[in-house]
Amino acid sequence: MRKTISFILLVILLIGIYYAIAQVHYGENKMEVSKHYINEGLKENGVTNIVTSVVLNYRGFDTLGEITILFIGAIGLGLVLFGFETKRKDIMPASLILATGCRFLFPLILLLGIYIFVHGHLTPGGGFQGGAVIASGFLLSYIGCSKKRISEKGINILESLGGTIFILIGLLGLLFSGYYLSNFLPKGTINTLISGGIIPLLYIVIGLKVGVELAGIIYKLME
Amino acid sequence: MDFLYKNIYYIGAFGLIFIGLYMVAAKKNLIKIIIGLGFIDTGINLFLIMIGYIKNGTAPIFTKAGIDSAQMVDPVPQALVLTAIVINVAILALALGLAIKLYEHYKTLDVSKIRGLKW
Repeated sequence: MRKTISFILLVILLIGIYYAIAQVHYGENKMEVSKHYINEGLKENGVTNIVTSVVLNYRGFDTLGEITILFIGAIGLGLVLFGFETKRKDIMPASLILATGCRFLFPLILLLGIYIFVHGHLTPGGGFQGGAVIASGFLLSYIGCSKKRISEKGINILESLGGTIFILIGLLGLLFSGYYLSNFLPKGTINTLISGGIIPLLYIVIGLKVGVELAGIIYKLME
Repeated sequence: MDFLYKNIYYIGAFGLIFIGLYMVAAKKNLIKIIIGLGFIDTGINLFLIMIGYIKNGTAPIFTKAGIDSAQMVDPVPQALVLTAIVINVAILALALGLAIKLYEHYKTLDVSKIRGLKW
């Protein structure tokens, strides 16, 4: 019964969606607003990666909302799992290969993550991806060398610091050039590491915040 | 064949979304429902990226001077998906946390046996 009803609903939905997007053809023109972003973004922001320039400048306010969602997700998980006790069985120690590989790879993974978010305005990548890479490094360290982990206090401090710095940079933009999250720093030479005004700073903050937050989620789920 | 060639990405994206919706609507195990949520997210991300694609497009990055900006794909959906993936992780983690709590309380993951969630 349940299955037939849901199947019928899905078929109705499918027909509706088919008529809605039958006129939208695959692989044709872009929106006008993206044309503006592509043609003017390099001049306006001095950032070669247009996706970064959309995420942090044209839609920086959205990004603030999105990292807030992530923050609320992490807090909600902590709230839901607060005081939860597992009847913990004895954890088997990690094998030699895993333990050695973890000790060897953990700093390299951290370095890769940091590289990805520091170069987010020049190459593909950025704060969110670099943060995810860093969190995967913490997952590896949790599995491999389960003795070492960053403290919950450190996670909380870094998380709140990241959010606060993001908002402060936005407020400085309001102070210096009149609207929130405006790019008030000098743009620098295009295609060098220090260019693009506030965008690299914001991406570094986001990278730290996302990485630490995802690591915190992993720890909370594993405990 | 031509229809399939033109619409393969639509079919893939909506196939994923509908598999996910079916799992959410029809399955009884909470873990399977959460996996269905993951399917929906993946399908929507694929759909957004695909909407922004243009034929023979390149990534919207000026890696060197003199790149034809007319061939660049739409950066807006990519920016949306970039953040959506990370948010997706947070939402799934929250859902799993709630599932853990429900299991602790009711000792079952079967939705039809959990009081108040019947339909």
